[in-house]
Amino acid sequence: MLLKKVALATAMGLMAGNVMAECVIDARVSIVGNEFPAIQTIGSGAQECTGAEVSSNLTADHQKINVAGMSGNPAEYTTAIVANTSIVALMNEDVIRPLDDLIAEHGEGIQKNQLITVDGKVMAVAFMANAQHLVYRKDVLEEIGVEPPASYEDLLAAAEMIREKGIMEYPVGGAYKAGWNLAQEFNNMFLGMGGSFFKEGSAEPTVNTAEGVAALEMMKALSEYMNPDFLTHDSNATSAEWKAGNVALMNMWGSRVGPLRETEGSSQEVADNTAIAGPMTVGGGDTPATTLWWDGWTVAKNISDAEAEATFLAMKHAIRPEILNDETSPMAVWLIEGYEPTDAAIGVLDAAQRGTIPFPMLPYHGLLHSALGAELADFMQGKEDAATALADVEAAYITAAKEKGHL
Amino acid sequence: MLLFIALPIVSVVMQSLYTPHKQVIKVVENCGPFGCKEATTVDQTATEQLRKEQPLGQFSGLKIYLDRGHLATKEIAEAWSTRSSLGDFFSAVGNLPFYRALSFTLTYTFVVTPLLIILGFIIAIAVNSLHRHLKGLVIFFSLLPMIVTPLIGSLILFWMVDSRGILGSALQWLVNNPDLSLKASTELTWIMLMVYGVWHSAPFAFVVFYAGLQTLPQDALESSMIDGATRWQQIRYVIIPHLMPLVTFVALIQLMDNFRVFEPIVGFNAEAHAQSLSWIIFNDLGGETRLLSSAATTSVLTIIGVAILLSPVLVKTWQDFKVKT
Repeated sequence: MLLKKVALATAMGLMAGNVMAECVIDARVSIVGNEFPAIQTIGSGAQECTGAEVSSNLTADHQKINVAGMSGNPAEYTTAIVANTSIVALMNEDVIRPLDDLIAEHGEGIQKNQLITVDGKVMAVAFMANAQHLVYRKDVLEEIGVEPPASYEDLLAAAEMIREKGIMEYPVGGAYKAGWNLAQEFNNMFLGMGGSFFKEGSAEPTVNTAEGVAALEMMKALSEYMNPDFLTHDSNATSAEWKAGNVALMNMWGSRVGPLRETEGSSQEVADNTAIAGPMTVGGGDTPATTLWWDGWTVAKNISDAEAEATFLAMKHAIRPEILNDETSPMAVWLIEGYEPTDAAIGVLDAAQRGTIPFPMLPYHGLLHSALGAELADFMQGKEDAATALADVEAAYITAAKEKGHL
Repeated sequence: MLLFIALPIVSVVMQSLYTPHKQVIKVVENCGPFGCKEATTVDQTATEQLRKEQPLGQFSGLKIYLDRGHLATKEIAEAWSTRSSLGDFFSAVGNLPFYRALSFTLTYTFVVTPLLIILGFIIAIAVNSLHRHLKGLVIFFSLLPMIVTPLIGSLILFWMVDSRGILGSALQWLVNNPDLSLKASTELTWIMLMVYGVWHSAPFAFVVFYAGLQTLPQDALESSMIDGATRWQQIRYVIIPHLMPLVTFVALIQLMDNFRVFEPIVGFNAEAHAQSLSWIIFNDLGGETRLLSSAATTSVLTIIGVAILLSPVLVKTWQDFKVKT
């Protein structure tokens, strides 16, 4: 009896697999999105579909082109792979469509917690969660005899020991490139210090506060242990530093840990000793100094219904449960049904369990982010003090928000 | 002319005078993998109505021109009235994005343009005196920096000047300072960008001057030799006067080009240390939320800047033209 059931279940599973694997579409699909392994998997998954052309443009500059590429009618891109923040820009410009009718028709297999709803309408389908958390070199920490740091203060102490012992001159890594990355590191630290970005229910900024100053001072302290070129290092460059064996401690995206454990462009020693832990706290706070993110896909508004349907089917095909295997599972914390967390996921899962704040989805947050990215570089170079830099941020943000009609 | 120059300028000027509508914000419930949360979002139906009524947005006049991101009249007046010294005033002005970018743009323009003209001239003279079998090969190699796409060229150099790159390590060895990093210091970044600018544009000056040298009247040169002119005197009194109109031409083109400096800043990841007017436009357009009016205003200011910069050269050309006719 049991055997029969198992056989039946397997057969059904195989059949379902076959049905799913056959993705036939009848209109063009064009994808724009960020570039890291998990998203590349999604991009190539959608390209398995036959019947019409599926093109994908995956680049780190996706945020610079997705709004422009979806504003035309018909839109160049039929779908944008976005995250908490980048979806806001698309919603502000009204270039993505609600997916409720497509979900009603083809939504089987997508779990409820994958649906990103705004005001009751589904605007995106999430496929993975992400967060920045600690990545450390097991061998180096063993050599100095300390546990993986749980707070940034511990990390500073460990970094000092590594430097003193002469193991590494610049043991701390971080994506501190002026612009988006630097602003994101400030966000992490600011939330960890217990700050909040805006006055409740308004677009008035509140970053020039004691929490803001403390966050900046901590970033400055960390930068003393970083390669002096840190203001030019984005996530890719920081990963390269790690692979070169120059860094022992860093706060890095969960989705980028996988490649760090491979020997390509790296050494066996670095690959084997790359370990991860949950996000760190800062300033004695309980909230981890990081943010929770989801990545998902949207469907453009300015395209025909046939193209929208084809896009939905192709993207659903790309995130079907069958894509999970030994190679893809460690790439991300998938929100797809049947995903079993691997050890690459412990950092992100720990962040989610400890009440990390999801990155805010506010229409004006992008403006604050840009202002932070542009104005904090002066402070990091020691050209001005923290309060002046934060006053500059608020002034730059207010100028932009007034132009955009938020204030 | 009308289609490719006048219309875009009109469109940019229009955009700079209008701003988006006041945003209609509503509070909604957002749900996702991490639970539900109250948040605000733009009310698209209400906004669409506003957009229909006034498709250009709100008329704002010169508001954007005068705001902190551009001419910053209010901030400058405030810095002037609260100044403790002139240096204090200038550092307050230098902290404003537009003036910070303008100071780099102007420094770059006025350092790079004369240097590249001099370097281009020297290369042209040197190549011209080579044996004719060698000339072809040398000309090809001298042109290479101009053939390489600026973004790619600067990116390649960016990795070479890294503190672990071949040029960066060589410099560290040369000045005997293992901590030297070109990317970490503002002064060195500026110098690096300017050296790159000269390297990239000198071939253009070289080609123009080299072509000019081919038209050099041999009898004038020979008579100066009979009069006993040295090589230097030949250059100073025969060659340079002959090439002078070309120098004006190269200066005109390169002033315009260098004022629009952009690719090296992106290629060298130098935005923390050096920003140009073009880079500000790019940054306004490339943020998560695009600032179209702000970008348009900076564009108009750049056009005005180019016009001011070129006016002496244009006036001089016009005067020469009038004298000749």
